Amino acid sequence: MLQTNTFPKHECLGIHPAVRFFAMLFVSLIFSGNQAWALTGAEKVALVRGESEQRLQMLDKVLAQGDVTATVYLQQLLDDAVRLDGDKVLIVTDEGATNVMTGERTKPSEAAEEVINNNRIQSELEASIATLNLLSQDASVRLAAAQKLQGTEANSSRLLLIAKAEKVETDGKIRALLQQVRASIELTSDNKATRLAAAATLAASSNSSIKQMLSSRLAADGETDAEVKAAITQALKKIDRDLATFELLGQVFTGISLGSILLLAALGLAVTYGLMGVINMAHGEMMMIGAYATFLVQNLFLKYLPAHFQWYLLAAIPAAFLLTALVGILIERSVLRSLYGRPLETLLATWGISLILMQSVRSLFGAQNVQVENPAWMSGGIEVAANLVLPYNRIFIIAFAALVLVMMWLMISKTRLGLFIRAVTQNRGMASCSGVNTSKVDALAFGLGSGIAGLAGVALSQIGNVGPALGQSYIVDSFMVVVLGGVGQLAGAVYAALGLGILSKFFEGMAGAVLAKILILVIVIIFIQKRPQGLFAFKGRVID
Amino acid sequence: MMAENISTGNISSGSLANSGYADGRVSQPGVLDTTHGVVLYMDDISVSFDGFRALNKLSLAIDVGELRCIIGPNGAGKTTMMDVITGKTRPDSGTVFFGQTLDCTKLTEPQIAQAGIGRKFQKPTVFENHTVFENLELAIKTDKGIWNSLFGKMTGVQLDRIGQILETINLRDLYKSRAGLLSHGQKQWLEIGMLLAQEPRLLLLDEPVAGMTDHETERTAELLNSLAGSHSIMVVEHDMDFVNSIARKVTVLHQGSVLAEGSMAQVQSNEEVIEVYLGR
Amino acid sequence: MPQLFAQPSLFSRLYSGKAWSMLAAALALICLVFHMLNLLLPADSLFHVSDYTVALTGKILCYAIVALAIDLVWGYTGILSLGHGVFFALGGYAFGMYLMRQIGMDGSYHSSLPDFMVFLDWKTYPWYWQMTDHFWFALLLVLLVPGVLAFVFGYFAFRSRIKGVYFSIITQAMTYAFMLLFFRNETGFGGNNGFTDFKRLLDMPITTPQMRMALFILTGCMLIALLLVSRAIVTSKFGRVLTAIRDAESRVMFSGYNPLHYKLAIWTFSAMICGIAGALYVPQVGIINPSEMSPGNSIEIAIWAAVGGRGTLIGPLLGAGIVNGAKSYFTQAFPEYWLYFLGLLFVLATLYLPQGVLGLFEKLKAGRRAVKHSDNNPIEKA
Repeated sequence: MLQTNTFPKHECLGIHPAVRFFAMLFVSLIFSGNQAWALTGAEKVALVRGESEQRLQMLDKVLAQGDVTATVYLQQLLDDAVRLDGDKVLIVTDEGATNVMTGERTKPSEAAEEVINNNRIQSELEASIATLNLLSQDASVRLAAAQKLQGTEANSSRLLLIAKAEKVETDGKIRALLQQVRASIELTSDNKATRLAAAATLAASSNSSIKQMLSSRLAADGETDAEVKAAITQALKKIDRDLATFELLGQVFTGISLGSILLLAALGLAVTYGLMGVINMAHGEMMMIGAYATFLVQNLFLKYLPAHFQWYLLAAIPAAFLLTALVGILIERSVLRSLYGRPLETLLATWGISLILMQSVRSLFGAQNVQVENPAWMSGGIEVAANLVLPYNRIFIIAFAALVLVMMWLMISKTRLGLFIRAVTQNRGMASCSGVNTSKVDALAFGLGSGIAGLAGVALSQIGNVGPALGQSYIVDSFMVVVLGGVGQLAGAVYAALGLGILSKFFEGMAGAVLAKILILVIVIIFIQKRPQGLFAFKGRVID
Repeated sequence: MMAENISTGNISSGSLANSGYADGRVSQPGVLDTTHGVVLYMDDISVSFDGFRALNKLSLAIDVGELRCIIGPNGAGKTTMMDVITGKTRPDSGTVFFGQTLDCTKLTEPQIAQAGIGRKFQKPTVFENHTVFENLELAIKTDKGIWNSLFGKMTGVQLDRIGQILETINLRDLYKSRAGLLSHGQKQWLEIGMLLAQEPRLLLLDEPVAGMTDHETERTAELLNSLAGSHSIMVVEHDMDFVNSIARKVTVLHQGSVLAEGSMAQVQSNEEVIEVYLGR
Repeated sequence: MPQLFAQPSLFSRLYSGKAWSMLAAALALICLVFHMLNLLLPADSLFHVSDYTVALTGKILCYAIVALAIDLVWGYTGILSLGHGVFFALGGYAFGMYLMRQIGMDGSYHSSLPDFMVFLDWKTYPWYWQMTDHFWFALLLVLLVPGVLAFVFGYFAFRSRIKGVYFSIITQAMTYAFMLLFFRNETGFGGNNGFTDFKRLLDMPITTPQMRMALFILTGCMLIALLLVSRAIVTSKFGRVLTAIRDAESRVMFSGYNPLHYKLAIWTFSAMICGIAGALYVPQVGIINPSEMSPGNSIEIAIWAAVGGRGTLIGPLLGAGIVNGAKSYFTQAFPEYWLYFLGLLFVLATLYLPQGVLGLFEKLKAGRRAVKHSDNNPIEKA
């Protein structure tokens, strides 16, 4: 069955059928001028009439001609565009019907009926189209075709064409794929040496459909020779190992991506809590505001600059930062400044603020989630292996988190404001005596922390729902990062975020999301037994 | 004249020591064995914080009934040493023995306190929301478990003792006022009073006269002199006049280990000590 | 000198004569007045107390018990718990299990199992539902489940000296984890919907006015009893050690007390009180579900204490009444403004009411006294 073929969900190079159709048409018109419509009317008729066996023989014959343009008709056949109207065979499209024998335009009669293609013919048609597409000039068409052929049932009639395509193929990746396709056909060869070579080639495929094909080859008495059997078993083992490795890598990747989200959420907290000692329960709501700012910028672009829509995200980043920083400064000025040194009260007051912010957003934008779209350049992903695709939006977030981390580090350690923040947090009285305007520094530092939360919101808007409760789901996790990482150390936050991210993805894989959350909490508590001050706390002579 | 009021006098180290021997020197919280005449014995203590060596192979012994002054420049490790003795900081290596049998590095802070080590902090720490009387009530030597706190009543002896201490620390008339309302010097005294109420065998005093008036300082010196003998006392102080007025033996700490030890005169004429205090 | 520090009898230690008589009046109000006004007066009478009012007041009395519990740990010991909603809900669930068993075969599937278990296609009760059909066992669970959880959690947290906001954050994470756990259908507590549609309590129908009134009176008496117990605790030396831990924990340790034992004791006691409140709450409200465990609920409990005045026992009771009274008013009159109001309450209470409403009263009273005083002062007058 072709349906079992492994087309990745985010197929980056997959091309819409209509586009492919026109591409083929284009290719056929330009490059195969010597034989403009190679498929004769009689051949076309023979492909639809008669018993399945005869039709399949005809298909093999068409295949043997090795003509790319034939795919047009085969595709039409597959799309049920070919009708039997009495003794005539018609191609019915939106523009009208054409008689394949005469090429005349005609009108289909009431009695016209679709050609019935059974499963076998359907899969053969698809495989044939793919095989012919291997000869296409367009590398992406060839790649898609080669991927499609991977793991399909072996058919020696395609072997010739595939071998030919392999020989002229210039793209290394496609050639490797073709090698595997050829090998899976050659696995049924009569020659034992060929079969052994094929098994060795297939071992490198790390493809789950080839794995299926191989194991069915072993099971269904397909292979009788013990030596080849051993080779196939060997190949299966290798594929299993590769698949497991890639799955592991995939988990690590999603773990890192979750970790970088946690990191983005926790970096702001590292400033507001780590440096200033303010427990900001409204931090999640700052992220939410950042996400809504992205939504607003997106809508502005849609309305005023639709042509540059794909760049809206770049504009949203500073907008979200400034908006949330402003809200943060307002909160600091109005509420927090009179609560310094009273962390528990700060916790309660900021919780109150979070309720107000959430309700405000509900009043302004409604309680429903709003739609934030990925720009085009963020859809799709890098395909590392058949079962490992790295989506661009996740990669974007990892890179973004790293960038924010570096910027923040530079800000804290290299700029004057950073110096002031560190001075004020280490010795407020002394800093004040040295002429630092501590209350201004407090406001700016809180603004910075909130702004970073806004940036986290931009990132979150690209991978999940944007709604009034967005912040709530991250606040507990990001505080866990801060608790685990220890206070006042960026390195601690980084390690804790990535560690928690990867761990929770592993646990999710094993035990489900809820139990993973509980396990993580238990681990954090056990960890704190050993290191009460977190991973990277400054151990010292603290008088309390 | 205060000594008569204060002296606990009811613990004879000899009898306790004998019972300790009988038990085969089993480490038991609350049972102190000072047969060898040493109340505190620190051996080869090292503590480091993030690479900074706060204590470096420090060895120090305090005799029963001794009044020892510890001096040293800032960062010499004086407070860290007290932290180690009272169980607040665990040393990276080395041992601290209270008497012959109690290993302080294995006990928790409350266990060490119950065993008989009292500590006064650098910054006076009293219970600010409690009255002076309640502060002493909380400190007084008794069963400090939950059950006794819930249902126990103070004995007449204990009440008498609180009365005596109130006289000693000169807060008799203020016993009903909130400790938070006391002056800095009065809080220092209250904290010393709380220490006395605990009836410790060893008192650790971290800068006991900081923030006191000359008169109060004088009275503190008098008090400590009267306590010495019946108690072992270790005082960390910067005020050299005060040290001079109480010291019999002085230990100079420098960079986490003992630099010099001896009488005040000996120490003051020690070349190295002069170098550390005046040089650089 | 002993007579100077005379130790009062327990009776006079707890409350002054005036306060005792006010307590007695409150008890009478709950047991007799509400009873008569609700059950004996005709519905159209001016003084009739409606069933709704009884239900609402009963609910608020349960919340008042929770406020009392959080005050013991936060107000007196300085431990801000953001997890008391869990203890409350666990008490509720523990008693809810008994109420579910009392439904018997009257569920919509006429099975001996609760409807949600039938829905999950379970054939027998899971092990943790064993014995829950016994009333006494349910009462035991009400105390033990929150108590044991608090003990274990508290032991690990206090042992590693987690304090202040760190502790608050950890308790919030615990709350969050429990909420997620109870939202799962497979956990065996009815998932989203929790327990509801109770039919009987002690084999008597649960929805009759008499039963409601009995539960109401029981709640009121329990509140007053727990108030007295708490008062006895905080006026004992034990209570003074708690406040001492709040103010200067290291001094407490160097005085020979082990704060771990004290914290653990009051923390566990507080959790068990919450369990009792939850158990009284569920039959009166008729439902318990995981939303009771949402982190927001637990934080709201803290604000009751803050609004009323923490560190006093009466204050948090007042706070629970004020906030929940306001809540039921707002959610009916202007539902969309409730969160604004609650949010503002959090901010204003922390900014301007450090001693809560009770502290405000005292201040006003002191202010008036001062004014009166100056009125009497002839020099000021001139």
